[in-house]
Amino acid sequence: MSSSAPKTAAPVKSTGLHTGDIAPGVAKVDPIIIADKVTRTFGGLAAVDVDHLEIPRNAITALIGPNGAGKTTLFNLLTGFDKPNTGDWSFNGKSLSGVPAFRVAQLGQVRTFQLTKALGLLTVLENMKLGAKTQLGERMLPSLFPFLWRKQETEIEEKAMEILARFKLDTKADDFAASLSGGQRKLLEMARALMSDPVLVMLDEPMAGVNPALTQSLLEHILDLKTQGMTVLFVEHDMQMVSHIADWVVVMAEGKVVSEGPPDIVMKDPAVIDAYLGAHIDTDLGVVTGRYAAADGSKTTKLTAEQITAEGAAEADEVEPEVKKAAKRPAAKAASSKKEADK
Amino acid sequence: MDWGAVLNNTAGWLISPTTIAYAIAAVGLAVHFGYGGLLNFGMAGFMALGAYGYAISILSFGLPWWAGIIVGMLAATVFALILGIPTLRLRADYLAIVTIAAAEIVRLLFTTQVFDEFTNSADGLGGYHAGFRGANPIPEGTYGFGPWQYTENQWWVRIFGILILAVVVLIVFLLMRSPWGRVLKGIREDEDAVRALGKNVFAYKMQSLVLGGVFGALGGVVFALPSAVVPAVYVTSLTFFLWTILLLGGAATIFGPVVGSVIFWVIMAFLDNVLPQLAADDILPISNIQAAVVRYIFVGVALLLIVIFRPQGIFGNKKELTFVK
Repeated sequence: MSSSAPKTAAPVKSTGLHTGDIAPGVAKVDPIIIADKVTRTFGGLAAVDVDHLEIPRNAITALIGPNGAGKTTLFNLLTGFDKPNTGDWSFNGKSLSGVPAFRVAQLGQVRTFQLTKALGLLTVLENMKLGAKTQLGERMLPSLFPFLWRKQETEIEEKAMEILARFKLDTKADDFAASLSGGQRKLLEMARALMSDPVLVMLDEPMAGVNPALTQSLLEHILDLKTQGMTVLFVEHDMQMVSHIADWVVVMAEGKVVSEGPPDIVMKDPAVIDAYLGAHIDTDLGVVTGRYAAADGSKTTKLTAEQITAEGAAEADEVEPEVKKAAKRPAAKAASSKKEADK
Repeated sequence: MDWGAVLNNTAGWLISPTTIAYAIAAVGLAVHFGYGGLLNFGMAGFMALGAYGYAISILSFGLPWWAGIIVGMLAATVFALILGIPTLRLRADYLAIVTIAAAEIVRLLFTTQVFDEFTNSADGLGGYHAGFRGANPIPEGTYGFGPWQYTENQWWVRIFGILILAVVVLIVFLLMRSPWGRVLKGIREDEDAVRALGKNVFAYKMQSLVLGGVFGALGGVVFALPSAVVPAVYVTSLTFFLWTILLLGGAATIFGPVVGSVIFWVIMAFLDNVLPQLAADDILPISNIQAAVVRYIFVGVALLLIVIFRPQGIFGNKKELTFVK
């Protein structure tokens, strides 16, 4: 994945988003979402326990954290798909606690899902048209009289084709969405979300399972959203992607916000390296699991994120990185011993 | 064996009130399951409400026949609301469980002695035809040709039934090609996705449940028009006949339920005529009474075969609808 490191010019980052010292829960100059004391427990487990969080407007905010950190749960809470045990939050100054998911979406806060929810049994164009807001033809009685909604339908169709063209899906408009590839479905889901002219777009792992080439185009689309005046909040695992496009990074671990700030600062935060990247970020997996000894024995020391990214970039440029060469022989040995174990 | 009589009897089922009534109710089921993804196993209850609503309003309250139909539709609406409010927020399978039980509750309420004054309990209701027949524009006499020779009243029931069927089919046709139908089809597949796009999923499912339920009630009315209302008819097997009809024609199709009903009842009538005769002629090694029941076994086998080999039905698009997602 590291080879997908974008070669294009670095995007323009929004800065000066916060007021006061950078710390978890820092106030923003112009927050679009303000969450207070939001908790959600599953049995005895506190999946989300966010004391205070503000999401800056017209910026790209990344929500990162290890698996089980509560990112998706927080997403579900903010979008009304799940109900918190305590806490309240507002969107655009309007309190959203207790507001059902469809109302949240109507207010301009649309989301996508980690497991893509393109409606496979509708055509791509129908998927798109479904995204448009306040359609007269979607009310039961007017829908019986096509002359009432035909004009609006045509307008929606034009808009849909325009967005599809931007996402290079226009040639697929009449195909069932089920016939699209996984990456195209991600694109379709994002395009569909745009049909409602959202204020805030929330993307749950938009890059998961997408090949490097498509990742590039997805990144461009996310950056596009910002230039069009939208706010983006997204969950992602790939740190390079995050540091490339995010203006602000919020790090969660065990349900809490452990750190936040601009990407370059956050990634130097020892708390983040510990919680998310892990102390073994640059160690071969075989060493971590104890299958064989470390190649040079010095890799387990803690590194700053800057070093890590620098090394990662260097690695990406090499055809065959040193580390892998060194690990080759023990890896082969490990494989053969595994075969024996299987017998 | 008298093939002429067999074919004559069978042909009559092409436009029998039963065929038409089942077609109307099956269209309602298509709105529920085919387009909305709602597993309603209580269509017999909706039909019973339509039939009893019609008969009781005329017999006990002296309402005109058309008001009786409206009462039946209102009863189905209320029933759908009561069913839907607690269950539509849950997963689809819960609706199936609740509807199958609720339909039985409805039937047992109509059967019990407690409301004997209105329902005549197990004996059912009859003799409510005066108003409907009074509205018959056809002059007295017998009309038709070949196997389709009926009196003016028999024709009036069939024509009225076909009119209702036409209206119902037209409504479904218009709805399902509108943005409303698009939302409903989206919900059928993944309601969370539709919810995330700002649609009130619960309201759409409720509208679908009410609309299909009202169609079910209209089917019940047409079923009751020519003869009587007997509670023993509205058992669970009626619901499963409707499902067979729906799946035979194609669940997410406009004309599927109509054609499905015609095929179903013509075959049922054919077997009903042929099997006892075969038994009587000692061609089948079973008694006459057994032969009359064998056709129900065929219904079960047919349902199985459709579900396994042609889940989209005769008219359906396999890409658009299969049972499992």
